[in-house]
Amino acid sequence: MGSLTPGTRLKSAVCTTEIMVITAPPEDIEITCGGEPMGQGADANGPSVHQDRAEGSVIGKRYTNEDGSLEVLCVKAGEGSLWTGGAAMKIKDATKLPKTD
Amino acid sequence: MMLLEMAVAGYGDRVAFVDAEAQQSITYQGLFDAAQNAASDLRTSQASRFAILDVSNLAIPIGLFASSWAGMPYVPISYRLTDDEIDGLVERVRPAYLVTDEDHIEHFHTDSIVRWHSRNEFLTLARNGSANGAEPWSMDGDDTAALLFTSGTTGVPKAAVLRQKHLVSYILGSVDFMSADTSETALICVPPYHVAGIAAVLSSVYSGRRAVQLANFTPEAWIELARAEQVTTAFVVPTMLRRIVEALEHEHHAQMPHLQSLSYGGGKMPLPVIERAMALFPDTDFTNAYGLTETSSTITVLGPDAHRGAAASEDRAGRRRLASVGVPLPGIEIEIRDDEGRVLGPHEHGEIYVRGEQVSGEYEGIGKLTDDEGWFPTRDGGFLDNEGYLFLEGRADDVIVRGGENMSPGEIEDVMMTHDAVSDVAIVGVPDEEWGEAVAGVVVLKHDATVESLQQWVRDRMRSSRVPEWLEFWDELPYNETGKLLRREVRARLTESTSGNG
Repeated sequence: MGSLTPGTRLKSAVCTTEIMVITAPPEDIEITCGGEPMGQGADANGPSVHQDRAEGSVIGKRYTNEDGSLEVLCVKAGEGSLWTGGAAMKIKDATKLPKTD
Repeated sequence: MMLLEMAVAGYGDRVAFVDAEAQQSITYQGLFDAAQNAASDLRTSQASRFAILDVSNLAIPIGLFASSWAGMPYVPISYRLTDDEIDGLVERVRPAYLVTDEDHIEHFHTDSIVRWHSRNEFLTLARNGSANGAEPWSMDGDDTAALLFTSGTTGVPKAAVLRQKHLVSYILGSVDFMSADTSETALICVPPYHVAGIAAVLSSVYSGRRAVQLANFTPEAWIELARAEQVTTAFVVPTMLRRIVEALEHEHHAQMPHLQSLSYGGGKMPLPVIERAMALFPDTDFTNAYGLTETSSTITVLGPDAHRGAAASEDRAGRRRLASVGVPLPGIEIEIRDDEGRVLGPHEHGEIYVRGEQVSGEYEGIGKLTDDEGWFPTRDGGFLDNEGYLFLEGRADDVIVRGGENMSPGEIEDVMMTHDAVSDVAIVGVPDEEWGEAVAGVVVLKHDATVESLQQWVRDRMRSSRVPEWLEFWDELPYNETGKLLRREVRARLTESTSGNG
């Protein structure tokens, strides 16, 4: 998949999940959803969601990898789980902020 | 656009915006469809900018998202300007697609506009169109999302460039998606051409609130609307809060049980006003937000707990916290630097520098004013305390230099505001043969007081160099409509009177 840049939008090959890259490391990195690599191409038409990668993605949540070098925003929910570097990505807890607008 | 798309997926049938005056409303799905229809019209117009000259109404969020969809910068223009000034600004965004209220449509003498619609024409084409399946929007974060003309209190307005990535970064860093429950209602009363107007629309959309738009602010209208619509959250500029507080003067309690949070920013908030407001709204969470157009609005916040803590504090230092604009948002860094660019420590006064993903610092035709490491000089003076709370001391350009001694007008104003006859005050430096600059001021009185008694009030509390040598009483101070004191104007008028008589 190559290196990612902020703003890149990726779709799941196996479910409705879509994400947008917020921060990415300079080196090549692959994100999978439901067990299959995500890409910028067409909608889901590949194989079905892998059984062990079916915890789902939640719209509006930010997901990060282990060291925080990769952060993505889920912009469409789906059934597949987001993984990268052989581990599930974790939901980043938003800092609780007072309303400003 | 991506933010709105998420909103539609999450809660498309919720009401997104309500125009209080016209009694029209639109759902998130309706807003998405309207943006799509308007974007199709924008794309066929040969325009390269979407300009809108109007008060808050449904055309504002539709226009904002339609321009994003069409990949065109959104350019809100102030309706307070003269026709010539408006012409001048529209000239700078040619070729423009323009939406205006009915009053303004006849007033243009410019060939910069390739298509224009009255507000109602625009709403009709957006809401009744059927452009389903329009070409998708660009996802490029470097696209210019908005061009905002800075308020120009110090000269010709500059056009600040905010790119998609700046606005998205601000929203992601400050708002949780779908964090509002269905009972939440925001009241938007800041003008659409102010960065807070854009931030209010985007925050409301991303959190899933219902936002009620108040086109023309008066304290009475604000109070009535807040009660009638059971408003839960609102943002005001300091002059608005001062007028709201004054309108409630004879009441002990604001009687707005639904109002959970009230935030303010955009100018300096006088301590007596915020203290009185906290007494009137005892159950409301207050938040002070400091930000600039160039930073995609808010960069620091003083939250509700800090407000209550400061108000309850016994000592002067504790209460002083109430005058702070708080701590940086996550992802924002603040530094105070001196004239030579050296980074200063706590309680050392200098210029505020800011860095972060939401910071643009770019102007059209001028370029990016951030340094190599991404720091933007705000031109605001201030300092940080030991715990990292930021205090503002006015524009760096406003500092009065009297006989080599630097003083900020704000500290003198703060002291004068505590005098019970003073309703409002502005202190400026005027040219002085002996001292270089002399301290002069204008006071708006609540009831009679003499110049001597006010001077004595300052003399008792500050170094003698701070005592205004010249004071005048005016009926009101000149503010722009977003609550920024027009010091330039005060200085000009006082310079005239002091040079004529002093």
